[in-house]
Amino acid sequence: MITLDINCKAIRIDAAPDTPLLWVLRDTLHMTGTKYGCGMGLCGACTVHLAGEPIRSCSTPISAAVGKKVVTIEGVDQARTAKVARVVQDAWQQLDVVQCGYCQSGQIMSAVALLQTNRKPSDADIDAAMAGNICRCATYVRIRAAIHDAAKSLA
Amino acid sequence: MTPHIENASRRGFLQNAAGLTLALYLPGAASAAANAAATAGAPAAQSFAPGAFLRIGADSTVTVISKHLEMGQGVYTGLATIVAEELDAAWAQVRVEGAPADAGRYNNILWGPVQGTGGSTAMANSWEQLRTAGASARAMLVAAAAQQWQVPAGAITVSDGVVLHAASRRQATFGQLAQAAAQQPVPASVTLKDPKDFKLVGKRAPRKDTAAKIRGQARFTQDVHLPGMLTAVVAHPPRFGATVKSFDAKAARSVKGVVDVVAIPTGVAVLAKDTWSARKGRDALQVTWDESHAFKLGTDDIFARYRELARTPGKIAHQAGDTDAAFAAPARVLRAAYDFPYLAHAAMEPMNCVVHLTPGRCEIWNGEQFQTIDQAKVAALLGLKPEQVILNMLYAGGSFGRRACKDADYIVEAVNIAKAIDGKAPVKLVWLREDDMKGGYYRPAFHHVLEAALDAQGKLTGWRHRLVGQSILANSPFGAMVQNGIDRVSVEGAANLPYAIPNQLVDLHSPDDIGVPVLWWRSVGSTHTAYSTETFLDEVAAAAGQDPVAFRLALLEHHPRHAGVLKLAADKAGWGTPLPGGGNGDRRGRGVAVHESFKSYVAQVAEVTIKPDGSVVVDRIVCAVDCGIAINPDNVRAQIEGGVGFALSAALQGAITLKDGMVEQSNFHDYAPLRINQMPKVEVHIMPSAEKPTGVGEPGVPPVAPAVANAIAAATGKYLRSLPFNAETLKA
Repeated sequence: MITLDINCKAIRIDAAPDTPLLWVLRDTLHMTGTKYGCGMGLCGACTVHLAGEPIRSCSTPISAAVGKKVVTIEGVDQARTAKVARVVQDAWQQLDVVQCGYCQSGQIMSAVALLQTNRKPSDADIDAAMAGNICRCATYVRIRAAIHDAAKSLA
Repeated sequence: MTPHIENASRRGFLQNAAGLTLALYLPGAASAAANAAATAGAPAAQSFAPGAFLRIGADSTVTVISKHLEMGQGVYTGLATIVAEELDAAWAQVRVEGAPADAGRYNNILWGPVQGTGGSTAMANSWEQLRTAGASARAMLVAAAAQQWQVPAGAITVSDGVVLHAASRRQATFGQLAQAAAQQPVPASVTLKDPKDFKLVGKRAPRKDTAAKIRGQARFTQDVHLPGMLTAVVAHPPRFGATVKSFDAKAARSVKGVVDVVAIPTGVAVLAKDTWSARKGRDALQVTWDESHAFKLGTDDIFARYRELARTPGKIAHQAGDTDAAFAAPARVLRAAYDFPYLAHAAMEPMNCVVHLTPGRCEIWNGEQFQTIDQAKVAALLGLKPEQVILNMLYAGGSFGRRACKDADYIVEAVNIAKAIDGKAPVKLVWLREDDMKGGYYRPAFHHVLEAALDAQGKLTGWRHRLVGQSILANSPFGAMVQNGIDRVSVEGAANLPYAIPNQLVDLHSPDDIGVPVLWWRSVGSTHTAYSTETFLDEVAAAAGQDPVAFRLALLEHHPRHAGVLKLAADKAGWGTPLPGGGNGDRRGRGVAVHESFKSYVAQVAEVTIKPDGSVVVDRIVCAVDCGIAINPDNVRAQIEGGVGFALSAALQGAITLKDGMVEQSNFHDYAPLRINQMPKVEVHIMPSAEKPTGVGEPGVPPVAPAVANAIAAATGKYLRSLPFNAETLKA
């Protein structure tokens, strides 16, 4: 048994230590907001926060998460990130960023992580922080605009 | 104009257990066959009508039932807007749910008796149908209020979900009137709103799915979990057409969590308690494949064959005037040949499907795009009646055509797995990204050859266009649509060129011995025809010494909607003004393209920078779109923006290639969708219009690549004739 701290709750999990965090979240805990897209850390659909850093849960074994705080889309508006998350989600709502929506949990987790550390990101900062998150619907124009709007709201 | 609509059929009210629900089903201008079917089975009024277009609850919630799949294109919001407009509902009280499979009631009117989503038809085929439904429900609420208050119906108004008799200051919510409204007769005819009175159509109605999708709460097929469900991952053959010869499941079965390993017609399925265990089980599986019927050519071989075929005449798709005469003694002839690769849809949610088999019934959860085909295929496989196949339509994490599969391929695969375990557990089939990338059903590869004849005055007098590529429709349930050897979706955009060229010949080869499964991919034939025609036309304009916009406009006299968007895009982009130059050896250029697809007209002006190493940066794309009445202008902009990014993925870096029959790409490192750092600025300008609405999901795609290619040619003098663009050829 492995104990993980997920969205500020201690959760005991019966899974092999090399199991990717993604599948524990999705298949064991039925927390399905975090998405499977590629399984290789290429698309960012599975992005969660581990010790405050955005990471790809599809290629992070649960053994690497022991003793660290895991925050997912289900908890991002409750955790230490609550203020930024709510502002980001509000900006996403105002601009109707989403299309199919499958990648958007990951986009929001990356955007929140960016704004946690950089309250006034430039376009280049946004490119650097968000280039790991593919949106096949290509909602990028609005993702960029929403991050700028969120930054203004946080200023 | 205030259209007056006769209700084709008056039927169907639902009074549920709570007794407070009004439901309404009104077929619009459906095909005669569908209408007949609906009428034949029509129960009397007051009867149960499952799957109506709208339902009003006691709490005043207006539930709009969408017959179309929400896959990102905003269809739930668009359809709800139409209903809410005529109903005079407040936007906040409206919610949307997906319709069940029932072609009798939910057929796509533009497709006849078939239920499904595609071809950018959702708004076009629902416009009158849902306006009528909304207006009829409104009339019944008003009639109920008039009866209760003993006042004339004409003295009652409805606004923002409130029914009001101003003179007596009486008012009621929809919920308060729902039960009484359900007792009212369906009006024989309704008067639709004058467009000048629209409150939602043409304004911004926020998306209905945003709130769930930004919180991870939207339910996709990938998120379905049923009690006792097993997850299946399938070992597919490495080559199309290969089959299982034998397999050794010993190691796979020893993986913790693996429950079963079964052979199915498309491979070997490993069933486990969770996805990761199923994947590990598949990794441990040993399969020997029978490749005696496998397709073993590579894409180089395929293109070599296509070039050979292009030397001979094909089946004639379009003919006008006398091209032989035009090419007999022209002052000048231009010729160009183009290669377009296979393309994967690569939706973010890989293909998947949940199946629960019970005796006499098969229930499916899926991003369900092609109900009638899927029901028929599954029913045939199981020996059930189509209505015994229950399809739950969930959100799709993208599709771009992939989930409307003519063979219902992955759905049939999931059912085969459930069948192989005798339905002992519900099954979730999950294609991993690699399965999705290598799984076929690609945009077909094409080879085009174009020739243009110019007379001594530089006038374009002759146009020959030969296309070589696999037919999507042939050997499918839509095979009958191939007429005289012409699959119209192979030549759409080429055989209906808007330009006034007196002599034209468009012909087509559809080789039927290429074993790569092909399918429609966002904007279908126009993905390649817009490119070859619009870049070649630019070459012709240059040869004639004319400006690309002026040259096009002169040929578009009889196509005002093409000309309209072309002028609008050129104007907004500052066409003809100098483009600020790049520094450090950068070359910059501006290019234009215009194309109609699915009855929507889009022109785009691209601005690009070519780096000294040949890499292409697309800086800005200015778009003008004429889609008739823009039901939701913000969503029109969103779809065109997204279409730009989708098309650039293909133009800059998209190709599926085969070596000895094996697909070489596997994941996003070697088939790379556009990322945010590559996304240009996009401006979208919507042409004001009173025409009926047409779609916007696809039409933003076709002009992108040719506009960018024309901009590259303006910057470098090089016309690119092979996609994706090859930076090597653009080095300074």
